[in-house]
Amino acid sequence: MEIIYFLIPMALVLVAGIVAGLFWAVKSGQFDDLEGPAHQIIMDEEIYPEDSDKETKQD
Amino acid sequence: MTEQKEQQTNCFHCGLPVPAGLDIEVIIDNTPQPMCCRGCEAVAKAIVDGGMENYYRYRTEKSKTAQELVPDVLRQAEVYDRDEVQKSFVRHNDENLREASLILEGIDCAACVWLNEQHIRAQPGVHEAQVNYSTHRARIVWDEREIKLSDILKSVSEIGYIAHPYDPSQHHQLLEKQRKDYLKRLGLAGALGMQVMMFAIAMYTGDWWGMEPQYRTFLQWISLLLTLPVFLYSGWPFYRAAWRDLRHKRAGMDVPISLGIVIAFCGSLFTMIGSGDHVYFDSVVMFIFFLLTARYLELVARKKASEHTEALIQSQATTAIREQAGNQTEVVAAQELEPGDIVQVKPGETIPSDGEVIEGGSSVDESLLSGESHPCAKQVRDKVIGGSINIESPLRIRVTSSGQETVLSTILRLVERAQSEKPAIARLADRVASRFVIAILLLATAVASYWYFNDPSQWLSVTISVLVVTCPCALSLATPAAITAATGALIRDGLLCSRGHALESLSKISHFVFDKTGTLTDGNLGISQSLCLTDAMDEASCLLYAASLESRSEHPVARAFLSAAGDDLLAAEDISSTPGGGISGRVNGRQVHLGNTVYIRQETGLGLTPEQQNRLEDGTRVVLSDDTRLLAVFVLQDAIRGEADSLVNSLKQAGVKTLLYSGDDETAVSIVAHRLHITDYKAAMLPADKLQQLRELQKQGATVAMLGDGVNDAPVLAGADVSIAMGEGARYAAAAADMVLFRNNLNILYRGITVARKMMRVIKQNLGWALAYNITALPLAAMGIIQPWMAALGMSASSLIVVANAMRLTK
Repeated sequence: MEIIYFLIPMALVLVAGIVAGLFWAVKSGQFDDLEGPAHQIIMDEEIYPEDSDKETKQD
Repeated sequence: MTEQKEQQTNCFHCGLPVPAGLDIEVIIDNTPQPMCCRGCEAVAKAIVDGGMENYYRYRTEKSKTAQELVPDVLRQAEVYDRDEVQKSFVRHNDENLREASLILEGIDCAACVWLNEQHIRAQPGVHEAQVNYSTHRARIVWDEREIKLSDILKSVSEIGYIAHPYDPSQHHQLLEKQRKDYLKRLGLAGALGMQVMMFAIAMYTGDWWGMEPQYRTFLQWISLLLTLPVFLYSGWPFYRAAWRDLRHKRAGMDVPISLGIVIAFCGSLFTMIGSGDHVYFDSVVMFIFFLLTARYLELVARKKASEHTEALIQSQATTAIREQAGNQTEVVAAQELEPGDIVQVKPGETIPSDGEVIEGGSSVDESLLSGESHPCAKQVRDKVIGGSINIESPLRIRVTSSGQETVLSTILRLVERAQSEKPAIARLADRVASRFVIAILLLATAVASYWYFNDPSQWLSVTISVLVVTCPCALSLATPAAITAATGALIRDGLLCSRGHALESLSKISHFVFDKTGTLTDGNLGISQSLCLTDAMDEASCLLYAASLESRSEHPVARAFLSAAGDDLLAAEDISSTPGGGISGRVNGRQVHLGNTVYIRQETGLGLTPEQQNRLEDGTRVVLSDDTRLLAVFVLQDAIRGEADSLVNSLKQAGVKTLLYSGDDETAVSIVAHRLHITDYKAAMLPADKLQQLRELQKQGATVAMLGDGVNDAPVLAGADVSIAMGEGARYAAAAADMVLFRNNLNILYRGITVARKMMRVIKQNLGWALAYNITALPLAAMGIIQPWMAALGMSASSLIVVANAMRLTK
């Protein structure tokens, strides 16, 4: 069971990393808009004025 | 395509029916699509030419009709290019790059967000454009040398939306900062809390199966290490609030919470160092984590409410017409006004700043600012308040305080109001909880001293259990959780509650009063029939005379004539209008009158013959005459909204009486009432009459909901138990109402009532459960039967049940 003397501090380091990541995410605005990206992902494509695939799907 | 000509076609862009005989098409995705007007055609073309046809594929709501767009604010967009005006909302990133926030109006779905982003980015000189879907705000960065802000605003209107600059108030920034702060505290408590719980499980199993003391001590120290940041950082808001309560000699919820946390933490620390007995770090983190979650959710709901209110206020006309030397006027932003300036305020407009009337007489609605629901008459030398609304006739006003102060204070007042109000049931829960807290503290002291003298080894664990198990957080969560869930669900549907009591009142309504124009009907009067009564003039010139006469009016009737006649109008002078009657004046040097039949009879003594009347369709009749003979009759009709019928039906089924009070004339109102099977209707009502009727209903014990959209409805709206404004109507009415319907679908109102009723049921269940739990758990804890970990578990479970029950409302 001595292994926990090593594993638990390792876990602590991981947790510290997670918390640091979270603080960074909050600070850099990752939580500013929680709804938009979910919708935007379906329309992320760039504009193709002549997009022939789309037209066939229309019917 | 051929059968389309037979049946009614709807505009591909906005969904309105295409007028007969009109044939405009725009090629979208290689298919010609019908358009209802030149405005929609222009917007659709702009979208297609910009290569953004994707918008039509992904949108979930029809767009706004183009002709309603381009309000005065936009025509005056150049105002926003001035440096003095930009001062308040534009940041200079470097010499030429500028950054500003815009509010976008008309966003209904994700496709709108996409379309706006793409379109703004495509403008030359725009470096960045991001639209936030939840707040409808856009952040743009542009190069001042290449494009002006007004051009960006106009480019947005090209695709059918309205953008105006947004000056985030300090209040809003504060809430956002607070939200991020809570998010960090919450995240920390969650991440570390999970670890502590894990070790706690190890230790509990250790208690059961046996554990070597050195591991136990190790785990305890690790738990302490992990709990410390949670205890200090995440718990901080509770200690601060508790301290504030104590200083003001109040017993808030935060006092026993803080006390419980501090005692549990310090007690565990001492036992750990001393006897090495049981520690309660897991209870500490769990407690902090769940309570913070509740606080965070509440904060988010509050922030959302304030965002919507602010958006409404900021979108109000913040421009003013200022007089310059030599009979000239200029359009300036309200913030620019200085004391001593003279401004003109048209009927229906917001008074831009505090001031004194120097010419004209009108009534002014100050209900938003003073709570007085009757319009106040204003004469020369009377004082007017900025932010109130001019109802009847034009006024000239000398400004007495700077516009900047006035605008800001209006915003703040509204936002504060939206947030300071709690529903009656929440206030009750707060009061009960507050007494409960005092009782808990006394009881905990009694229990602690009893056990201290009788069984010293147990006193700490029992006291912690009592404090934790009885924490009234389920009780205090019961109402906000349900309200937040219900409000959130309704906002998603397009119904915003801007005042605290709105949902509670909505759940109890017995009468629902509609105002015809713009609520049950779509608000756009159109000329459905015109009949020329003289040989001297043809139909087109009659129309031209009528439109010229109405050219300065904002009335819906006027709009119908103006949109039918086009832009080339004749000069009109000496115009005098009688509200609810008609308008007279000299057009092209000839005295003409335009109004309803009663008005025309009063002015000229002329009337329609029965034979002429028989030839007319149902609808609002407007007669044009000169001093000696009738020239023409126009019949105006307003289409009933598609969903109006089903709304009235569902309301009836829900046991709510529907009534129709309208300012329009008898025929027009009875047609609508008849078609919707509303038996109780009153026509030709002034706002004061409506209010009077409303009061009478209330005296008979009715709880009245009122749906309105006009400026003149604001006092009536304020008199109703719960008032709902159409988001598309006058912005002022929207700001004064308890709820705002943002989406163009009346059925959402019925959903609002269902959700509100369900919410009240959930609140009652929640309060009942929370009280029952606290009352049963308390004696068990005091007797020492419940261990602290069970107490923490029970407390959290009871809170979670309350929240989960509330979450049912979001479905």
